[in-house]
Amino acid sequence: MTLVLNRIDDRLIHGQVVVGWGQPLDVRFIVLVDDTVAASDWEQELYRMGVPPEMEVRFHSALDAERCLDAYRREAAPGILVVGDIATMRHLVERGGVREVNVGGIHHRVGRVQHLRYVFLTEPEQEALRDLAALGATVTAQDVPAARAVPLDELLAAREIA
Amino acid sequence: MSDRPGDAIRALVAGHADFATGLVSAVELISGRGGVLMPIEVAGLCGADIEELLARTLAHSDVRVIFTDLQAGSCTMAARRVQRSMPGVVLVAGANLPMLLDFALSSEPDLAVAAVSAAEKGRASVNVFGGAA
Repeated sequence: MTLVLNRIDDRLIHGQVVVGWGQPLDVRFIVLVDDTVAASDWEQELYRMGVPPEMEVRFHSALDAERCLDAYRREAAPGILVVGDIATMRHLVERGGVREVNVGGIHHRVGRVQHLRYVFLTEPEQEALRDLAALGATVTAQDVPAARAVPLDELLAAREIA
Repeated sequence: MSDRPGDAIRALVAGHADFATGLVSAVELISGRGGVLMPIEVAGLCGADIEELLARTLAHSDVRVIFTDLQAGSCTMAARRVQRSMPGVVLVAGANLPMLLDFALSSEPDLAVAAVSAAEKGRASVNVFGGAA
């Protein structure tokens, strides 16, 4: 098995990750890459609280993660990689061997435009996603397994009224 | 929600999709006391914005009880963060209709106590009928 999903989601670990993806894919571990969470025991406990006992959570900073991902991909059990922003995912595409990127949730903030129900982007964030593709990653948007994976061009062209 | 006199808001309800509005409307339909619960709409919000919304709503009221749906859900995560800055807040994750009905109809003046009692009611109200022996 391997890391079956490399997800950008600003909510990090939440229901869609643990239940929506975790149960059908029989996910046994989540790799949460976030510099703030990696530096805080309290934050880590908060995210551990949200997962069932059979699912392990491994916390890394972006720098740490680039050295660990290859080993995680060789594990027998399936796992999910989750980051909270595009910049962290770019780091892992450039230095961690990530080749498929799932945009799972980038939510409303001032200055962002809604593209899908669960994806809001600023102009620089649109460019940052294009950069991931230019670096060789396949970028799609998909919140849950039952939904269609929306290709990057379609995602960026889409506009929804909130 | 109810407009009955005396139905001051006693708790917030937050969760995925229409969980909060659905459960609060069900409490109102059954008990006529939906007004004691305030549904929080979080669609499209990031975790930080959910936290800010919960904190702001609590700051502008006397409410100190929050009910959420999934323990792994972003509303629960946000509420746990709110508890750091507001230690008196009680959070009950895994809310269901029997739980909220018990809370809405409780005469217990201490709402923290009422929340704990309601959680027990909700936990005990799950039963399976039929299925494999």
